[in-house]
Amino acid sequence: MTALLNRRQLLAAGAAVLAGGTLARAHNGTVHVTIDKLAFQPAEIEVKAGETIEWTNRDPFAHTATVKGGWEVSIPPGKSATHVVTADDSVDYYCRFHPNMTGRIKVIA
Amino acid sequence: MKTLICALSAACLALAATLAVAADKPTDPQIAHIAYSAGVIDVEAAKLALSKTKNPDVTAFAQSMQKDHEAVNDMALALVKKLGVTPEDNPTSRALAKASEEKRAELGKLDGAAFDKAYIDNEVAYHREVNGALETLLIPSAQNPELKSLLETGLKLFQGHEQHAEHVAAGLK
Repeated sequence: MTALLNRRQLLAAGAAVLAGGTLARAHNGTVHVTIDKLAFQPAEIEVKAGETIEWTNRDPFAHTATVKGGWEVSIPPGKSATHVVTADDSVDYYCRFHPNMTGRIKVIA
Repeated sequence: MKTLICALSAACLALAATLAVAADKPTDPQIAHIAYSAGVIDVEAAKLALSKTKNPDVTAFAQSMQKDHEAVNDMALALVKKLGVTPEDNPTSRALAKASEEKRAELGKLDGAAFDKAYIDNEVAYHREVNGALETLLIPSAQNPELKSLLETGLKLFQGHEQHAEHVAAGLK
């Protein structure tokens, strides 16, 4: 499906979803977060324990999803990386190399 | 403009003065040259740090600086090629290069914890200075929308570097 949409359409769809007040939800157990121009998109996601978050890095820069005092996922340039959500994963996270990049995960029942 | 830039960092008066030279609106070929030169300077500083430091946080920071600035400069080279723009040397680029050579010579005399602190403190100040110039001068002056967009991405990247440097600096104390 994503192959049929260009990035602008995807962004527009994402913006429409955010405008509607609904956070990104998982499909088939995976929630996708895109990293583009030093931003996590969407910045806030709702997930259930046991689901997978997949970050796709479209930047030519190395990024991380880092939870202070917790886990860290390395996301190399042009690559994807995943994290399986646990019940205590309602957290704020950031990129260790670019701490101005921030995101939030909310675990729902 | 000069007042604005100087106000950004009292510690970098020399650098601020050099950037203020370009206050009368640099052209796109000059902006490309200044931005590229600023990146090369930070790559050189990172290489010096990697040859001297034994601190793992400073090493990780310097590796990130080298890779990020090389990557964004590759993007800049690809863009100027696509646009058919030839980056143009100018007094600001030359002053930046001169100031950075002096700084590198100063850092080169230091070792151990003294080097780590001086390098990271300079990285905080340098990124703050470059970000100030991007925000107040280079981005507003850029005419080509693709160049402007790349500079805006650069600003976000370098703001991230500034915060990363501040985190490392806090850990060194």
